[in-house]
Amino acid sequence: MPSLRQRNSPIGIAVQQNGRKEMSNWIEACAANDIDEEDVIRFDHDGRTFAIYRSPDDEYFATDGLCTHEHVHLADGLVMDEIIECPKHNGRFDYKTGEAKGAPVCVNLRTYPVKVEAGKVFIGIE
Amino acid sequence: MDAGMVIIGAGECGARAAFALREQGYDGPVTLVGAERHLPYERPPLSKETMLADNPQAKTIADHVRLAAHDIDFIAETAVTAIDRDARSVQLGNGPSLPYERLLLATGAVPRRLSFVHGPRMAYLRTFDDALAIRRHLGPGRPIAIIGGGFIGLELAASARRLGAEVILIEAQPRILMRGVPEEIASVIDARHRAEGVELVTGDGIADMADDDASVTIRLASGRRVDADLAIIGIGAMPVTDLAQAAGLVIDNGIAVNEHLRTSDPHIFAAGDCCSFPLALYGGRRVRLEAWRNAQEQGALAARNMLGLADEPYGAVPWFWSDQYDLGLQIAGLCDEGKRVVRRDVGDAAFILFHLSEDGRLVAASGIGPGTAVARDIRLAEMLIARGTRPDAQHLASPATKLKALLAA
Repeated sequence: MPSLRQRNSPIGIAVQQNGRKEMSNWIEACAANDIDEEDVIRFDHDGRTFAIYRSPDDEYFATDGLCTHEHVHLADGLVMDEIIECPKHNGRFDYKTGEAKGAPVCVNLRTYPVKVEAGKVFIGIE
Repeated sequence: MDAGMVIIGAGECGARAAFALREQGYDGPVTLVGAERHLPYERPPLSKETMLADNPQAKTIADHVRLAAHDIDFIAETAVTAIDRDARSVQLGNGPSLPYERLLLATGAVPRRLSFVHGPRMAYLRTFDDALAIRRHLGPGRPIAIIGGGFIGLELAASARRLGAEVILIEAQPRILMRGVPEEIASVIDARHRAEGVELVTGDGIADMADDDASVTIRLASGRRVDADLAIIGIGAMPVTDLAQAAGLVIDNGIAVNEHLRTSDPHIFAAGDCCSFPLALYGGRRVRLEAWRNAQEQGALAARNMLGLADEPYGAVPWFWSDQYDLGLQIAGLCDEGKRVVRRDVGDAAFILFHLSEDGRLVAASGIGPGTAVARDIRLAEMLIARGTRPDAQHLASPATKLKALLAA
């Protein structure tokens, strides 16, 4: 079982993310083994789309699902180490922090807290 | 005191180069001279989003704030009329001359033109203003003729159909996308355009064309007559080399540069659509690429080499994409380098062709499918190509074998 900083946060508790406090509503996104190591899947919820990642060291992360350059689903992109590369124009982001890594992307991706419980991946949506 | 860096051409390539100079820590003067009235903007959307948006805006690469923050002196709507190589200065059309320590020519390309007299109902697409002019004619039931079955023509055909126009596309070659796209992929695109209601005419040239304020009449080589509200001509592009040529630089299908993007004058570099360069990947074969990523990467590399930081050779794998309807095409490498093709199906509606050299080296990969269905595998193929890998053909053909695993091997 992956060890995650937020994994024990119960529903509705405030979690720290990017220095901000926000209330999270934990949504079940997928089974932990739906995602291969060093890979990404798309998760749609309530009219929004997210990308959920499993890192090479078996941790889970979540970001907004669309690239900040042109609205393309990142889940079709390639995960290499901690980088997700947009499938359209190869814009790169660190999916652990959301940081844009240079042209053509200059706007960071929003990230969301993730926890894994009983083999399920939950993401925290405010 | 360093005379500074001057970049001629404020498209994707020139703009990226200007920022790359700053990112590398250069603190001398940087001047970016553009011929258009706009801030530097991205061209790929011109045939697609710009046509379809209700209120199209140029997709700006950098605004005045960002240019100022990087201390880039951007001069718009200005032609450079001459390069004085001895004095190391360029002459701006409207007056002053500008000294340079290093000069980058990022002059791009212009549409190849048909020889017929050009009136108000014949259009070419290169700039945002061109796109706005074309867009005014696209609407439900409007007859539009597109000359040329290359990417510009096909993307415009798709946009025009989305807007309800009646589209005929005329290609003189036996099929669309003859240059650089395998027939198996071109046939998917061909079928899709026909299914969307485009009349596709191949193997028929233009015998004559004439237009007036109201319409355009085209006579095909076969004798057929086509009337339209607008004819859009997309028959390729030519590198802008006049300035370089007048300055005595070597021209060879574009401004000739070496692997460091240096022209025959060591103080002058060229990058992007306007230059031809040796591609190390294919044994130094000289090519010229009209592609967005090439423009970006060459702009950035030229900037580093202008500063003399490392004298890095250009080693990228050519890559481009095209979007038509919901179909996405991506190609990494040059397909004509391949002698053998292996097909891999990706889901129901997408596939990739791997192009292998005689000795089994992966030299290119081309794929098509809905949206970005082929993107990940094309990207992995690009890395396999860059490494000179000789993958097992059965592995390439089998969707069960992950390309990422081949990369690790």
